[in-house]
Amino acid sequence: MRGHEPRSSSSCAACKLLKRRCTPTCIFAPYFRSSDLITFAKVHKVFGASNVSKLLGEVPEEQRQETVNSLAYEAEVRLKDPVYGCIGAIASLQKKMLELQHDLAVARTRLLAHSGVSNHVSQLDNSPELAAFLDLVPYSDLMLLDGSTSLDAYLYDLGQPPFV
Amino acid sequence: MNPKRCAACKYLRRRCPKDCIFAPYFPPNDPAKFACIHRIYGAGNVSKMLQQLPEQTRAEAVESLCFEAKCRVDDPVYGCVGIIHLLQTQIQNAQNELAKTQAEVAVAQTNLSQTQNSDF
Repeated sequence: MRGHEPRSSSSCAACKLLKRRCTPTCIFAPYFRSSDLITFAKVHKVFGASNVSKLLGEVPEEQRQETVNSLAYEAEVRLKDPVYGCIGAIASLQKKMLELQHDLAVARTRLLAHSGVSNHVSQLDNSPELAAFLDLVPYSDLMLLDGSTSLDAYLYDLGQPPFV
Repeated sequence: MNPKRCAACKYLRRRCPKDCIFAPYFPPNDPAKFACIHRIYGAGNVSKMLQQLPEQTRAEAVESLCFEAKCRVDDPVYGCVGIIHLLQTQIQNAQNELAKTQAEVAVAQTNLSQTQNSDF
């Protein structure tokens, strides 16, 4: 006669996928409900169930949901972009930040120029011309002025903060 | 068999075949690189991922996996997603600052033309 051991009324997504009995102390159960089968499948495909179990065991219980959320996000992005994963997203955001820094520098220079001219009218003040020059210089060239060898090197140098 | 085992095969304590999928990307002089990636993804998963990619993209894939694995070791809760959140927050702040500064420029330009008009 089989089935002496008590069965969980509904297996979590992990135990369903792994085709095993879901125990009351299953580490996955609180975070991968039976409706989260696809999410767990993605996380399992990228990280592996045993690695996820170890990772969850290493973090305090109150942080496990956040951990699962970030693992699920990483897995999703990795499956969409198998070569670059989240690094592609980070590079894209860094590029956006560089563009914003340039735009902000232009706007601040213009503000200084206009504030300066409005307070101290001077025919020799050529700050508005500097602002116009900044408009014409692409942000990539601005970055190269600080000695960086290439924008790509700057983008992928993720060891350095991308901005101050 | 490779006379010198790659870092992966050394770590896994196995022979390193000539066509070892890890060998081009995990030289024996950098054992920590494979150890980190194995800890987070597992050798089997990394091998499957690399096999599914064209050969010319595998080096980039290994580097990005290594970076993400290192982020996860350093921050087990958020991994590299923490960096993404930080960048998104800073982008939002920069966008707000830009909008504010552009509004100030518009006001300054208006004041300047009014000053110039009154001078004439």
